[in-house]
Amino acid sequence: MDQNHPPLLYLDGVSVSFDGFKAINNLSLIVQHGELQAIIGPNGAGKTTMMDIITGKTRPDEGEVFFAGDVDLTRLDEAAIAELGIGRKFQKPTVFESHTVWDNLELALKKPRDVFSAWFYHPSEEDVGRLEDILATIRLTERREELAANLSHGQKQWLEIGMLLAQDPKLLLVDEPVAGMTDAETVETAKLLREIAKSRSVVVVEHDMSFIRDLAARVTVLAEGSVLAQGSLDHVSADPRVIESYLGR
Amino acid sequence: MITRTLLRAFDGKTSLVVAILITIAIAVPASNLYLPVGHPLRVPNHFVPLLGKYLTYAMLALALDLVWGYCGILSLGHGAFFALGGYAMGMYLMRQIGDRGVYANPILPDFMVFLNYQELPWFWYGFDMFWFAAIMVVLVPGLLAFVFGWFAFRSRVTGVYLSIITQAMTYALLLAFFRNDMGFGGNNGLTDFKDILGAPLQAGSTRAALFAASAIALALSFIVCSAIVRSKLGKVLVAVRDAESRTRFLGYRVDNYKLFAFTASAVIAGIAGALYVPQVGIINPGEFAPANSIEIVIWTAVGGRGTLVGPIVGAVLVNAGKSWFTGVFPEFWLFALGGLFVAVTLFLPKGIVGALAQGWTALKARRVSARAEDGSDAAPEPSPAE
Repeated sequence: MDQNHPPLLYLDGVSVSFDGFKAINNLSLIVQHGELQAIIGPNGAGKTTMMDIITGKTRPDEGEVFFAGDVDLTRLDEAAIAELGIGRKFQKPTVFESHTVWDNLELALKKPRDVFSAWFYHPSEEDVGRLEDILATIRLTERREELAANLSHGQKQWLEIGMLLAQDPKLLLVDEPVAGMTDAETVETAKLLREIAKSRSVVVVEHDMSFIRDLAARVTVLAEGSVLAQGSLDHVSADPRVIESYLGR
Repeated sequence: MITRTLLRAFDGKTSLVVAILITIAIAVPASNLYLPVGHPLRVPNHFVPLLGKYLTYAMLALALDLVWGYCGILSLGHGAFFALGGYAMGMYLMRQIGDRGVYANPILPDFMVFLNYQELPWFWYGFDMFWFAAIMVVLVPGLLAFVFGWFAFRSRVTGVYLSIITQAMTYALLLAFFRNDMGFGGNNGLTDFKDILGAPLQAGSTRAALFAASAIALALSFIVCSAIVRSKLGKVLVAVRDAESRTRFLGYRVDNYKLFAFTASAVIAGIAGALYVPQVGIINPGEFAPANSIEIVIWTAVGGRGTLVGPIVGAVLVNAGKSWFTGVFPEFWLFALGGLFVAVTLFLPKGIVGALAQGWTALKARRVSARAEDGSDAAPEPSPAE
């Protein structure tokens, strides 16, 4: 790897097993600065486990995970990794249902995370402006005082993306953002993610092929815990091994 | 910054509750002390410490609600913090007896003379001074909660497992305090108190002052809890309650937030215990009984957890009910309490205050929609998102 310009995220030879089952097997992956990368693969290919490893939820048995060159992610916990600038959106939308849309975003806003800073926090005008911008981006301005529990499924997904934006991360990990969305919403979401990827790196895990085509991203195919193929969508979908393990089924 | 945070605590509802508590703090003692005996508005003598006891229970329930209602930590051991605060106050009151005890020993409390102690155990030093005891009232429960919470929350013990170990904690303390050689009066606990800060405990004016102190302490705790739950800190606590791991992925150190809430709550419970002891005149290991801690949970659930007014209402109502019930049908009280808990869980899952608030919101919403149908002030249709 180029020592002067290290990639944003670097995984090398990562393996992890649960009760003897190798969820991730010698996985190596690189995410560059400002890159939009899509990850596809059949169920059980290790996509979610990979995100768990990057965000500190799961410790790998072996292998290296480095962020921004020299930060060893395997030694940090979830909160420390989030503070470094890695944001994560879950497969199932998880927003704070008993908070309003606005409070959800305010909680995510990049600010000191310790107890006493939170106690004495008062939003500055700049903070309010930033949250209003995000609300407009995720098209929820009209519903800012609504409880998150009352949003539709697609709106929750967007709120969660908005929370990621408020965190202002360097790297966004987005797990199945369009699951359960209508076609129109899916197209909008692709637009939104492309917009976001202009200023930061985004990794999207998704099953929906037309969505990945809309994203126009580099595609990595995972199967049985390691990388099967990489390249443009047309390139990987022509790969016979990919067809056999994933697309053909 | 701190003033702004405190000011935010004073929205309409908080000011109302604080105003009511201050009115009670003045009115009850004044009516007891200055109205002639037999006056219909006079609070009888025995009622003053009884009401004062309810107020300390209300404070205890408020403390539990901060961790349970807002942070999702169901503590079944909050009675322990209450009792420890009570013991710290009890030790001060014991030392105030001086040579007026049965054995007339100027230093050693009666039970120590009886048990052949030659000198005061080291941990009783300093308790002859009120300020020292007052610090211990805050420090001992706070420190126990901090150390306990440090280990429990770091190891990510949650849910029912955490409830069980809090229960084990209070049970262990119960057994320890029962032992005579612990030096806290064993089975009998600490009692026969004479005076506090030089004022005789039996005097009406002292009881009135203790009542007022309890009401004011409750008001101050209410302000602190309100300042916590209305801040971003409070929003993080609710976030932890609803989606703990999501909060972690946002970069919050969930264990520190839980530790803060747990420790703050234990301190409030300790102060409540310290105000309780001089009003009931005794503290013994029975206060550590697991059943006591479970009762606190019931008061909070009945009043409405996750609201600040709820636990106060619940504690006062359930205990007033208990006072009445144990007078009329003493053997049925526990059945009534159990039945109440089941009924509240089934029919009022948000408690009395929660149900009232819900009804109020529903009523308001109906009025708004009724007005909208009239067309008098229909809001413009929100333009659809592009």
